[in-house]
Parts: sequence; C-alpha cells; structure tokens
Amino acid sequence: MIETIAQQPMLAALIAMVGLGLLFGALLGYAAEKFKVQGDPIVEQIDALLPQTQCGQCGHPGCRPYAESIGKGGEINKCPPGGQATINAIASLLDVPAPELDAEHGEEADVKTVAYIREDECIGCTKCIQACPVDAILGAAKLMHTVIMSECTGCDLCVEPCPVDCIDMLPIEDGIKQWHWPAPLKVADLIATDRTPQEASL
Amino acid sequence: MTKTWVTPGGVHPPENKHQSVTMPIGHLPIPEKLLVQLSQHIGAPAKPCVTIGQIVLKGQKIAEAVGAVSVPMHAPTSGTISAIEDRPIAHSSGMSGPCIEITTDGQDLWIDHDPLTDYENASPEALLQIISEAGIAGMGGAGFPSAIKLNPGSRRPINTLIINATECEPYITADDSAIRERSAEIVEGIHILSRILGNPSKILIGIEDNKPEAIEALKPHVADTGISVVSFPTKYPSGGEKQLIYILTGQELPSATLPADAGMVCVNIGTTYAVKRAVVNGEPLISRVTTVTGDACGMNRNYETLIGTPVRHLLEHNEFNSDACSRLIMGGPMMGFSLSSANVPIVKTTNCILAPSYSEIPDDEPAQPCIRCGLCAEACPASLLPQQLYWYAQANDHDRLEAHNLFDCIECGACSYVCPSNIPLVQHYRHSKGDIVKVRQEKVVSDHARSRFEFRKQRMELAEQEKEAKRIARREASEKAKASAGKKTAPVDASNGSAAPASSSAADIIAAAQARAVSKQVSPEQQQAKFERSIAGAEMRVQMAAEKLAEADASLTQEQKNTLDAALEGAQQKLDQAQRRLEEHLEQHKELNEEQVK
Repeated sequence: MIETIAQQPMLAALIAMVGLGLLFGALLGYAAEKFKVQGDPIVEQIDALLPQTQCGQCGHPGCRPYAESIGKGGEINKCPPGGQATINAIASLLDVPAPELDAEHGEEADVKTVAYIREDECIGCTKCIQACPVDAILGAAKLMHTVIMSECTGCDLCVEPCPVDCIDMLPIEDGIKQWHWPAPLKVADLIATDRTPQEASL
Repeated sequence: MTKTWVTPGGVHPPENKHQSVTMPIGHLPIPEKLLVQLSQHIGAPAKPCVTIGQIVLKGQKIAEAVGAVSVPMHAPTSGTISAIEDRPIAHSSGMSGPCIEITTDGQDLWIDHDPLTDYENASPEALLQIISEAGIAGMGGAGFPSAIKLNPGSRRPINTLIINATECEPYITADDSAIRERSAEIVEGIHILSRILGNPSKILIGIEDNKPEAIEALKPHVADTGISVVSFPTKYPSGGEKQLIYILTGQELPSATLPADAGMVCVNIGTTYAVKRAVVNGEPLISRVTTVTGDACGMNRNYETLIGTPVRHLLEHNEFNSDACSRLIMGGPMMGFSLSSANVPIVKTTNCILAPSYSEIPDDEPAQPCIRCGLCAEACPASLLPQQLYWYAQANDHDRLEAHNLFDCIECGACSYVCPSNIPLVQHYRHSKGDIVKVRQEKVVSDHARSRFEFRKQRMELAEQEKEAKRIARREASEKAKASAGKKTAPVDASNGSAAPASSSAADIIAAAQARAVSKQVSPEQQQAKFERSIAGAEMRVQMAAEKLAEADASLTQEQKNTLDAALEGAQQKLDQAQRRLEEHLEQHKELNEEQVK
C-alpha cells in the first residue's frame, strides 16, 4: 500500500494535502469551540468607559444596555453624565470621530450632584427606593428614607417619583482632598493670524 | 573620600543661602495665637481630643492620630483652646482645613515629660512607639509619618541608613544651621534610628559641598561611630530621595518602588533631631527650624519656630516690607507654593518662608510656544522627556502620559527653570497627575456603582423568578386538588349506581363523564348549605345596616345617611338574590330527585 503511494507522487501529494487539510480543519474547529469568546468584548470595554450612573438619560435602561447599543453601531453621544470626555474615550476606542454631545439627551453638568432627602418631609412611600438603580436609598414603608451619599451616583431618577418633592440634587463641593492643580494658562498664540478675531481684539 | 555617583540632569540656580546663615538660630516671642493644623502630614487628619476653653500645657496632646498613616498633634505652648474650626491652611490650594487655635498665656509651661535616658537598651518597638506618640512626620517636605517609614517590617531588612542633609533648594538653610549648632544631638538621633532599624551596616549622611561649616561640625561627632559624612558637588535637585540614593550608592530605584524594597531608609536630618528630642528629652514635635529669607525681609535668619505660628508673626519680626514683596512662598523657590494669606500657620514640613522682591522672583512671563530645544530633557533628573509630556499633557492624553512615566516626575521644576519659552512645564505635569488620579478614583466609584446596579438587577430577577415559581406551584396545587376531588367523587357515584348502570364497559365511560360533571358541581346538599349560609349572612348584614341607620338617624348629615341607605338597600338586594337562588336550587333538585326516582 505505502509502496504504491510512494511510487505515485501525485497520489502521495494529494493524500498529504488532504490529510493536512483535515488535520488543521479539525484543530481549528476544536479551537473555535474550546476558546469561544464569551459575550461581546467590545461591549465590556465600552461599558468600562461609561460613568455607571445608570440614569437612563441615553434612553436605555442602564449603562450596559447603552454600551450594547453602541456595540451594535448606535450613536456614541448620548451620555450627558459622562460628557465630552466619555464621548472622546469611546471614539478613540472605536476609532471613529468624536461627535458633540447630543443635546436631546441632556446637557453635561458642571458639578457632580448627589441626592438629598429632606427627612422631615419624607412620608415613607418607598417610591424613591424602588427607583434607585444602585440601592443607595435606605428606608422602609412609612419610615423616613435617607440617601447613602457615598453610593449615590447622582442620576436623579429618585426625584421624579417622589410624591411630596422632598428630594434635592445637591452639588458636591470639592474639598481639599479632591483639589488638584489647575491647568496653567494656554500658551499665547504669538502669530496674529493664528488668533481668533475675538482674541485679537483683546 | 567616599565614591559618589553623578545623577543625570540637574540645574545650578543661584544659591542665595548666605543671607540667612549670618546669625545663629533665633527664637521669636510666643505669638498671641497659634493655629495648629490637623493635617500636616500625608494620611488622615488628626482628630481633636480637646474642647474649646480647655487649658492645655506645652507638649500636651491636642489631637489623636486617626488610622495607621497619621500622626498626633501637640500643643506648642501653654494656653487655652479658643477655636476648633476650618481656617486657611498651608496648602497649595489656598483652601481651608480643620485647625485648633490656642490662645497662648505666655507662661510656656511644660507638661510632665517622660524622657528615656538609656535608649541603647530600649527595644525598637518601644522607640517606634515614642516616635509615633511624639507626632513626628518627615520634616523634609512630604511629611510622611516617620514611625511607619522606620518600620519596614522583617521581610525587608535594612542595610543602609541614609540621612538626607542635602538641602539642595536655593535660599533654604534650616538644615545647614541646625547641623552647625546641634550636630551632637543630630548624631545621637542617628544612633537611635540605627537601633530601630537593627543597626544597618552602612550609615551615610549625604550633604552638598556648599555647606563646609556643617560638614566640619559633624565630623568630630561621627568619628569612630561607623557613620560616614559624604559630601558631593552641589546641584539641584540632589536632595530628592531617589537622586540622593543614586548619588551615594550608585543604585537606581525602579519606578514605583520604595527605598525599603532595596534595603534602604532615607531620613531627613531635621527628623533625626526631632527623634532625639522625642526619645532622650521626651519632647513631642512642637517646633522646627524655619528659614525666613528673601529681599522683602530686612533680616534673613533661621528661627526655632513653634508649629502653628502664623507666617505673619515671622514676617513682622523680620522687618518685612509687603510693598516690596512679589509673592509669599512656603518652601523654596523651586518646589514651594505661593501663599494666598500670611495668616496660614507654620506646619511640621515648613522649612522656609520666602518673601522675595520683584527683582528676585519676577512675575511669570507669558509662556511662548515650545521650540523643541530639548533643554528640559537635559535638565530632567529623572531622565524623562519633558517636552513630550508637555504635548501629551496639553492633549489630556493620559495613556501616553503614563507610558512616558509621568508619575516618576518628582516635580523639581528644573525643566521649567531652563525653559527658554517660559513654559510652566511642571504646572502642566502637576495638573495632569491630579487629573489622572481623579480619573482613577472616578473609575473606582463607577465600578462600584456598576457592581451595585448589577447586584440589584440580579436580586430583582431572582425575586421575579421566585414569584413565578410560587405562581406555578399554586396553579399545580389547585389542579391536583381538583383532580383528586374528581377521583374521590367518581367511584362513590359509580358504586352507588345512582347516575348510570355500571354493567357494560360503554356505560362505564358515560358514568365517568357524568361523575366528572357532578364532581365539578358540588353535591346538592353542600350547595344548599352554602346558599343557606349566604342567606344568613345577608340577613345579618341587612339587620346591621338597619340598626346603624336607626341608631345614627339624628346625628347624621344627609350625605352620610344616603350612603347608609344605599348600604342597606344593597344588603337587602343581596339577601333577595340569595333567597331566589336557594329556591331555584331546591326546585332543580326536586326535579332531579323525581327523575331519579322514576
């Protein structure tokens, strides 16, 4: 048998090639099953860039669904809490030009806020507790509620359901711990034609 | 002469050290009020343990350390606590922070202290405890709690103790003058440190060659002690920890490692003096040597300054001319920061108050574009690429900044000093470092929020599943109950033979069907009983409604009466309905019975 094959180079080549093809095909097939990528890795990466306020301002029920929609080719400028920085980060991840924030979904806030319940006005209806996406409100039916400030993402989803409007969104003041050096002034544009007309008139 | 190594980069700014060493270390009168800042060190701020109005003695503890990386504070003199509140503090932000204000009584009465005379026999743990209780934080600049630095753990044996007497920054002479006058005590402090660290084989005092008097003062005290004084050419910044280690040992510390990882500990010479005072004299850290210098001060001198002395007090005793002063700097001209107010207090790390004239340190000239001359790269002591970092900092390109080792920048300011375009390079790096740290912190917060959100989602799904499972279980149970009820009634009826004859197999099926039909209904007797019960209930309701109406006839408003009337009427209707149903049922039953009889 082997002799016959050896004597016929054409047959030998054919068998060798087919054999190799089968071998590698089997290997690849096995690898495709064994090392199958679970989930969508790009969604994970996008999700990691989002601010995780879970506010739903993008129109999706949470940050992950928004990341999934981007993964499917959706717009990347729908996240007001993340603002331009998040848009830029996603744009550089996906290697697409960074658009401006879509004003339809809200404006980028200058300061971070945190929910605060005016406790003597709270009637204990638990509506805000059900609305909070990160379980940052503590309380029980007919008992006063309060916000755990360190857990609050400032999504303001609890403000709307409150029947007595006792929830305020308070700005977080930067203390000495949060302070860091401000950026130095920009290098002045020395060449007159480089300046914008407004700057030039100054 | 010990061999020394030469660091890359560095600059030679005018030293300006001679002005402040013409006179010995002076003492100032005690100011009326002292402001002890609670956060003078890296780590958590101390927690006050005194109350307003309380009388405290010099050296009494007024604030406790909080957590592991923290140091306590002590009253720098005797007096009364007059305020515990936020005041502008010595911080580059110019913000306020928690402070304790002491109105001094001028008596300067010490609390009883407890010196340890034979430290040679004390255990390292006991000595560390004393240092920790004395509130000693590194006095070179960063203010890291010394007791932690001196306790690197048994996994990292220390073979080299380096005493940093470099004082490379211009103008500052606090360490220089302290060495000249207190070399004996300093060397004693070094012995204590050596004992704590398990007698390292090498003890080196690194000092620049622009302090010959200090070197001479140290020499007699270190003779035959194993301590060597190593002087090396003056260059800024030789006093950075990693730079000094390289100069003295030739060893380069990798990025993000501590000297202790390489078996070294580097301590500022001011700290060794504080350690000696704490151990041998039992005095906590309540004062330090501070240089007051600059052309806007008529007198330039070093002072033994109480911690908490307002900067204003120091200036007033040095013929300060505020009109001539371009800015007020805490620290040196290279690494110090501008003060927004002269009311901020001296802290444990304040080695210098610099009040320069306009000609000494003019206002910043406007920055011009980078011309890529590369002088900054030549000046960088950490061998970084400042011009690249500058571009990335402007573009907020955090990844590239980190890839170019921004965090190895020691913020010495050599690059800004040499920049021909006056670009405030080091400010850009400080800003970017702060930005990156902020982004990292936000990342931690958002990851936390994500995990909470996902946990909540999971919990709600689980609750939904449980509900669904219960619903299914209930449905199954009711079906089972129905089926078993059917099974029970069917054989009874069949055996009675009342529904159909059970002789043939075809009749069996009919009988079963009939039995099912019957079992779906309740037996006639049961149904009758049910109707009777409902009649009784309805009767009672009618009765009650009528009673209520009669009882409250007079006191009721028309509206209430109407509702009661309606209730009575409703109850009456229900009663009628129930009676009607019973009658119908009885009739049906009678017919059925008659049929069966036939």
